[in-house]
Amino acid sequence: MTTEYNKPLPRLVNEAVSRPFWDAAKRHELVMPRCLNCSNMFFYPREQCPNCYSDNTEWVPVSGKGRVYSYTVVYQPANRAFQEETPYIFAIVQLNEGPRIPTNLLECEIDGVELEMPVEVVFDDVTDDVTLVKFKPA
Amino acid sequence: MTLMDRRRRSDTLRGKVAIVGIGEVPTRRVIPDRTMYGLNAEAAKIAIADAGLRKEDINGLVTDGAAALATMAEYIGIRPTFATGVSMQGASGASATTVAASAINGGLADTVLVVMGNSRLDRAVPGGASVRSEWEEAYGPAAGAGTGYAQIYTRHMYEFGTTQEQMAIVAANQRFNAQENENAVFHGQPASKEDVLSSRYINYPLRILESVMPCDGAAALIMTRADRAKSFPHRPVYLLGAGMEQSNANIWQTDRITTTPVKTSAARAFQMSGYGPGDMQFAEFYDCYTILVAVTLEDAGFVEKGEIGPFYESTDTTYKGSFPINTDGGQLSGGQPGLAGGFRHVIEGARQIMGRGGGRQVALNDLCMVNG
Repeated sequence: MTTEYNKPLPRLVNEAVSRPFWDAAKRHELVMPRCLNCSNMFFYPREQCPNCYSDNTEWVPVSGKGRVYSYTVVYQPANRAFQEETPYIFAIVQLNEGPRIPTNLLECEIDGVELEMPVEVVFDDVTDDVTLVKFKPA
Repeated sequence: MTLMDRRRRSDTLRGKVAIVGIGEVPTRRVIPDRTMYGLNAEAAKIAIADAGLRKEDINGLVTDGAAALATMAEYIGIRPTFATGVSMQGASGASATTVAASAINGGLADTVLVVMGNSRLDRAVPGGASVRSEWEEAYGPAAGAGTGYAQIYTRHMYEFGTTQEQMAIVAANQRFNAQENENAVFHGQPASKEDVLSSRYINYPLRILESVMPCDGAAALIMTRADRAKSFPHRPVYLLGAGMEQSNANIWQTDRITTTPVKTSAARAFQMSGYGPGDMQFAEFYDCYTILVAVTLEDAGFVEKGEIGPFYESTDTTYKGSFPINTDGGQLSGGQPGLAGGFRHVIEGARQIMGRGGGRQVALNDLCMVNG
């Protein structure tokens, strides 16, 4: 339930830049910014393409499939709201399309993670307004 | 070496400046009733006296980029002709030392105070949105800066077969060194490799004894022109080479997380100095977590990439050993008083070269590499 969620929600750096990502997540769609000038797909979203500095960018749907680039198992979280969840997996997933994204791995034992193992996106509707992008073994 | 290389070196900082005084406020978990500026002023006072100077002799100041320079100068009671702040996280101390050298070499100041310190009670509450607040915090990152370093660690184990047992040696050897350092927060608290391996996880694969503890403290040094340095009380510590590279703010944005900016910065420092990794007699390397000492030693060229685990198994890196590393215990055993934690690596390198290491003095103390 919305009222019971006590963990931090994303605080956006720039609504104008990244709102489409979070709106898509709420629709259970994963989208990434791509540069219309050099075709570079990048993440995190920003005003200009980090490769060619063009501000001519678009949002494109991606497969939601990727691999575990690296991970850590959190026992002592920075924010105590996560204490009841410990130990849990905080991973970097590399999407098949290239960009990397920080995330949690769900439905996976903490000693069952292998680097480069395939994963797929899971949309976690943590409140009525916010959906977090997480992954599980594919 | 070509003629061009020699000429290029003569135009650099090589041998132009020297550290002639050092000061350190002992690092403690909390130093009650003291402000960050007050602790900086105390470290400055110690360093100025150590160099045999009066504060009126100081005409340059380099400090924490987050500090207010005017307030810092006011607390220390100086009116420098050159002052600046450096903000490079853990590399701030080593970078500030390099900036001081450049200022002296450029004629902006003759004698520069470099000072950094931390008061945990004094720290401003962080606020505002950031890349971290948008893309990481909702997924529950670990305490401290451990999330990214643990991911480097996990990736290093995957790519090179590095083990937690090997990384425990890094922490245990530094703890051994800290037993000869009364300023270290873990002085009097020995810990073996087995103790490290049985300590609790902050976040796998990082255990608490592989992670720094936030503390209070401060450190300072005095640097002056090489032609003046011989008239000071201590053996001068000449800067022979320096290099920097600024990396990504977020580790997950880095292409290859097991290689650090030290690959570039160390190569530039060695190029300027005319020396190489094989010439160094000891090293003081930034150590917020065990894995960072490990990967940066690789990147500096002391071993091949991926070979740091076997190196620690076969090499005594204590102050008594064949290649001493982090001879004062480093930050892992000395504590991390903000930017002064990394800066202490510069201080300790200078202290050893001056021959003032006391019970932890290394046998060969002419050439040291420091990394921040």
